[in-house]
Amino acid sequence: MSSADFLFQGITKAFELIVSLNPYILSITGVSIKVSGTATILATLTAIPLAFILAFLHFRGKQALIALVNTGMGLPPVFVGLFLWTMLVPAGPMGFLRMIFTQEAMIVAQYILITPIITGVSLAAIKAVPKPVIETVYTLGGDQKDAVITTLKEARFGIITAILAGLGRALAEVGAILIVGGNIARTGSIGGIGEGLSETRTLTTAITSETSKAEISTAIALGIILISLVLTVNILANFFQRRD
Amino acid sequence: MDELFRIKDLCMAFGEKGVLENIDLTIRRGEILAIIGPSGSGKTTLLRILNFFEKPTCGSLKFDGMDIGEINDIRRRMSLLFQTPAIFNASVFDNVAYGLKVRGIDKKTIGKKVGDALSIVGLSGLEKQKARTLSGGEAQRMAFARAIVYDPEILLLDEPTASLDPANVAKIEEIIRRVRDERGTTIIIATHNIPQVRRIADRVGILLDGVLIEVNDKEKIFTAPQDARSAAFIKGEMVY
Repeated sequence: MSSADFLFQGITKAFELIVSLNPYILSITGVSIKVSGTATILATLTAIPLAFILAFLHFRGKQALIALVNTGMGLPPVFVGLFLWTMLVPAGPMGFLRMIFTQEAMIVAQYILITPIITGVSLAAIKAVPKPVIETVYTLGGDQKDAVITTLKEARFGIITAILAGLGRALAEVGAILIVGGNIARTGSIGGIGEGLSETRTLTTAITSETSKAEISTAIALGIILISLVLTVNILANFFQRRD
Repeated sequence: MDELFRIKDLCMAFGEKGVLENIDLTIRRGEILAIIGPSGSGKTTLLRILNFFEKPTCGSLKFDGMDIGEINDIRRRMSLLFQTPAIFNASVFDNVAYGLKVRGIDKKTIGKKVGDALSIVGLSGLEKQKARTLSGGEAQRMAFARAIVYDPEILLLDEPTASLDPANVAKIEEIIRRVRDERGTTIIIATHNIPQVRRIADRVGILLDGVLIEVNDKEKIFTAPQDARSAAFIKGEMVY
């Protein structure tokens, strides 16, 4: 079989798996969306207020906090995974939480990775709101609360882009969640593929394991879904950037 | 006319650089006072102090007989219009309604007041248009509507026509006169446009290098200025 035939067969079978709504594939997709979606929501709830605090308030240690956020934007995922693993394993300082190899641990890992990204990009969007716009709020009788609300409205497209950037990073992330999640699926193959339904297996971690087992068509199917999700997020981000 | 603002021995410096020196000025209720002077003479800084954006380095500022206390309460009685208006990324209606919304005014009243304000500035029918798609002249008039919609007692105008064509300058001047005549609004306008001052002001203050060298009725300033520098500036002999 030529390499082209091999690839063609792999892609054909991958589409069959997607179209037939294979439960193994669906469960992996579901875990990916659940983990990354939850991490993004939690990170957003932290990052947006933090970005506003950094933009509007003056306090000691502000520059250090901004430096920490900027550093966090480039945090290596495997380092975060390793750090969390040492914290969460039964012998670790937070082992009593029994979180290692759970979806919750994966959510925490992604939360740590994307909170600085959403904060940093949101802060840039907030700072891009022209000073005269904020001053106009005060000239029209508004107070600091009105200034914050107006800034949120003015920077809304930039902030949505920040959230989508965080979601895209979370969906595509593999190193940290592989370490703290363990890439676990239940035993028992479904429809002749995989190892049963996913527990902590996501699209990215499943691609690595399926490729290592030479299950190329399954890996391609997962890859197509992953690319489609990330592409959708990026198209949305691009849409909001253009509206800004 | 009674006093609205009383400024005594006011000075302002940014670091080592002095911008205003020993300003003594009384602003009367319902007048149009023009502060004229070349660029960099301190006009904008003076307006920003009157709107409490800047705290003077020395001197005193009394508003309506009281010392400055709760800035937000006093600020709500006035409005400042910048040379280049900052437009919110929203519709014309939402821009003009802003000052009413932050005051908690009900929707019905907001609708009526916004309609009235847009009518005064000649922008009726543009309520739903994106404000950032307006032309420069329209944007300035919309900002004017936004500044007067909640009936401020004082309107501070910082070079409001500096970047407009003659047709829009005429419209803005007509609006200024109309707002003062119909609403009794006190208007303080910072400008270096001397013909405009002749057309609209009641009194004129001449600010040169941060010093208010003369304040007087318009006629006296233009016919018999008390200071040689005032005369030179008005005649256009002072080149900056």
